[in-house]
Amino acid sequence: MPANTELKHESRLPEFWRRLLRNRSGVVGLVIITFYLFVGLLGVLDLTPFPPLENHAPDRLSGPSSRYIMGTDLFGRDVASRIIEGTTNSLRVAIFSVALSGIVGIAIGITAGFLGGHIDNAIMRLMDILFAFPVILLALLVVTVLGAGLNNTIIAISIVYTPIFTRVARGPVLFVKEMEFVLAARAIGTPEWRILLQHILPNTTAPLIVQISLGLSLALLTEAGLSFLGLGTQPPQPSWGVMLSESRGLAEMAPWLMIAPGAAIMLGVLGFNLLGDGLRDVLDPRLRHR
Amino acid sequence: MFRYLTQRLIAFVPTVIGISLLVFIAIRLVPGDAITATLGTEAGMLTEAQRESLREYFSLDRPAAEQYIVWVGGLLQGDFGFSTRHGAPVLEVIVQRLPVTIQLAVMTTIISVTLGLTMGTLSAVYYNSAIDLFSRLFTLIGMAMPNFWLATLIIFVLSVFFGILPNSGDYAELTEDPLRNLSQLIFPALTLGVSFSASVMRTTRSAILEVLGQDYIRTARGKGLHERTVITRHVVRNALIPVVTLIGIEMGYLLGGAVIIEEIFALPGLGRLVLNAISQRDYALVQGATLFIAFNFVLINLAVDVLYAFIDPRISYASKH
Repeated sequence: MPANTELKHESRLPEFWRRLLRNRSGVVGLVIITFYLFVGLLGVLDLTPFPPLENHAPDRLSGPSSRYIMGTDLFGRDVASRIIEGTTNSLRVAIFSVALSGIVGIAIGITAGFLGGHIDNAIMRLMDILFAFPVILLALLVVTVLGAGLNNTIIAISIVYTPIFTRVARGPVLFVKEMEFVLAARAIGTPEWRILLQHILPNTTAPLIVQISLGLSLALLTEAGLSFLGLGTQPPQPSWGVMLSESRGLAEMAPWLMIAPGAAIMLGVLGFNLLGDGLRDVLDPRLRHR
Repeated sequence: MFRYLTQRLIAFVPTVIGISLLVFIAIRLVPGDAITATLGTEAGMLTEAQRESLREYFSLDRPAAEQYIVWVGGLLQGDFGFSTRHGAPVLEVIVQRLPVTIQLAVMTTIISVTLGLTMGTLSAVYYNSAIDLFSRLFTLIGMAMPNFWLATLIIFVLSVFFGILPNSGDYAELTEDPLRNLSQLIFPALTLGVSFSASVMRTTRSAILEVLGQDYIRTARGKGLHERTVITRHVVRNALIPVVTLIGIEMGYLLGGAVIIEEIFALPGLGRLVLNAISQRDYALVQGATLFIAFNFVLINLAVDVLYAFIDPRISYASKH
């Protein structure tokens, strides 16, 4: 079996990329996301035109110019540098929260689906309870308990998205676990945990990959929303939501302050949405010809 | 049908108990002692003796399980606790804020359904036409654009180019000054409506495209029905089911208070109430309002499920569960 799977994977991967690169949404999404990752990397490496927290008092609220390509804010901080650093912060929150909720949610979901019966029932009821809260409200509740801040934002968003991943992971398991190859694996004495990891998990990946892309876009929006309300990333650290919130009341004097972060959020969310759509077209055969 | 309803109602009870447990535990996890959690920052002014008597008064000296039962007992009698910040019972404060949130939710839904259904239908019927491309572009942007950015832009345009300040002045109630009330609510409703119409449009479009491919549509056309009749009588009606679900979910969210939009437009709704309660550490209010919102949300989802059965006679609930 191992040799066989490897062969299959080798031939499947280029096929996947070929299909994705032929998909218009997928390509546009991929380009946007690659660009964002690149900008985020600039922030990680501190390759910003100016230090993002550095005040230039004499240049306060100056419009876009050759020195400050996106202008400066109320404290004379360079908006472009803050956007770059903000991209790093926003992406960090999105990636970590989706990774955390993905790992926890998928683990719970496939276990629930695989074991079935009372355990499955109890777990899904628990998830229903989390589903009973509107997203932003649940995030607010978590932030109330843990306090505001970057790390707690990650935890809050993770808690909100765990039930989504649980549901998406569980669905295909219910179907796959009844298939003959699982029965065959069991018949030759493969341990249950190994059946779960080696045979069932790989067959649930298509909807999960789509969900990861869409989850990242939702996480970006939630982070921006929480930060906008003052409960996410804390100033003076920049994030798109923080910057948008700081632009309030200055719109007439300095409209560039609200354009850059808003556009950054929109394009990022658009990128992940398009990539998600593209991935769905490529990976989910039932929807391919729609 | 009846059996399905009873089943759903029975399943509803553990969910509600779970929600109340979650909210109860969450509030008790807030750092600091329970008196602070109940009274907010004012607890700092208490003497040791006052603190002790308060602990007894709020049954905080009892075990957690007993506290929970006392709390739920109160809830069942309509006692959601007392908001120290507002100097009024929590339920009273919530009910006061409810009309704004409901009105905003209704206006938003009207806007998003009108816009979304029209564009979605046109987009699917004239597949790949200019209308379709425009609608799809609108959806992509509408779904990616954060509504709080849209709100900021709308306020900017209104104030700079039209000299209107939509988020200034005291809020006027509908019964008190209908014209001013509508002028205060129309822009937040438009903001939310445009955002939501994108998802309504997308769902409508794909539902209609799916129905258009069905055999009974070919039959309807084959028997010589006018295209307009086919679309309105057969297609749209059958495509409505996923759209109704979406609208129901939206309503659920909106009735929980559009936190950010209410905050931006300074509307005294439920969402802003929770937000302020959090920043003022008014935990009794956070607890009560969160519970209230989650409870409504579940109730609406239940209502949507029931509505299903009426819209789509093909769904047989007895065998499905």
